[in-house]
Amino acid sequence: MIVAERKPIEEILGQVKQVRSVLVLGCNECVTVCEAGGKKEVGVLASALRMLFLQQGREVNVGERTLERQCDTEYLEEIRDMIDAFDAVVSLACGVGIQFTAERYPSKAVYPGVNTCFMGAALERGVWSERCQGCGSCILAATGAVCPITRCAKRLLNGPCGGSTAGKCEISKDVECAWQLIIDRLKALGRLEDYERLSPIKDWSTDRAGGPRKIIREDLRS
Amino acid sequence: MRLGYPSSIRIIRVPCTGKVDVLHILRCFERGADGVTVVGCREGDCHYQTGNFRAKKRVQQAQAILEQIGIGGTRVRMCNLSSSDAPLFVRFAQEMHAAIMDAGPNPVRTARMLQRASAGTTAALQQP
Repeated sequence: MIVAERKPIEEILGQVKQVRSVLVLGCNECVTVCEAGGKKEVGVLASALRMLFLQQGREVNVGERTLERQCDTEYLEEIRDMIDAFDAVVSLACGVGIQFTAERYPSKAVYPGVNTCFMGAALERGVWSERCQGCGSCILAATGAVCPITRCAKRLLNGPCGGSTAGKCEISKDVECAWQLIIDRLKALGRLEDYERLSPIKDWSTDRAGGPRKIIREDLRS
Repeated sequence: MRLGYPSSIRIIRVPCTGKVDVLHILRCFERGADGVTVVGCREGDCHYQTGNFRAKKRVQQAQAILEQIGIGGTRVRMCNLSSSDAPLFVRFAQEMHAAIMDAGPNPVRTARMLQRASAGTTAALQQP
């Protein structure tokens, strides 16, 4: 999932200090699962904003709505009838949803309520860890399903480097060496010969190096 | 035992403190409550294993939010006791009552009253 963190309330308040009405807009997908921007977080932020505005002596209408997704036009259309009642939107979706909401409603100011962090997995409740950088050319088949692009600090394709000590990366004792994980995994699978093969130079044009990316599937286009 | 406790306290029953969410606590303050005490079973005695521990974390989250918005985190607290321990409940209730009396009224309620008074004055002035 896309993992995000809630922004501090003071920062959000700074964004909406001029508005007379604001819609707090949540998303039912990734940000709900990582408890940063779902229906519950929308309720908490809206409640906090209402109490803050009251104490400041400001009459601000704070609305609440949570969409199934903010990255699909059909769901964003659901707020078409209500959006005119608000000066601004604080979106608790990931950066994709925030931008797409702004694109669909160009006359509205859309502010971020979360910091979008990475694509990751939940290790336990309240702990998330990055697992994919969306490089566009997956090499997990060769690395025993451990991604060195994401989990190696140097994104090495033929590791480990000299900074690997007792299975940990030199950047922190809390960070596992991705290449140690790869070797352990390949050993467990009986595929250590894969480790001996040198990886060719990676095509980074599918990563951010090639600029903003776009996928067009003609078989799906209407 | 028929022990008395401050009449300012209103009891809201929940199946387990694990049911109490940050949003429930914030809504109390939004509606004018001066303080909230979450009363859970003793730690280790939860019928649902971890309900009171979850409540404890949510109380901490609510405290942080209330601190950020100027209401004050000390207006929310969690206490743990056995359902048969009436004297301890009374003590907690009295302590909370005293703490709230010290802290004063919920600033949101005061602000709302001022807002209504101001709206009433404006309406009265606008009348012919």
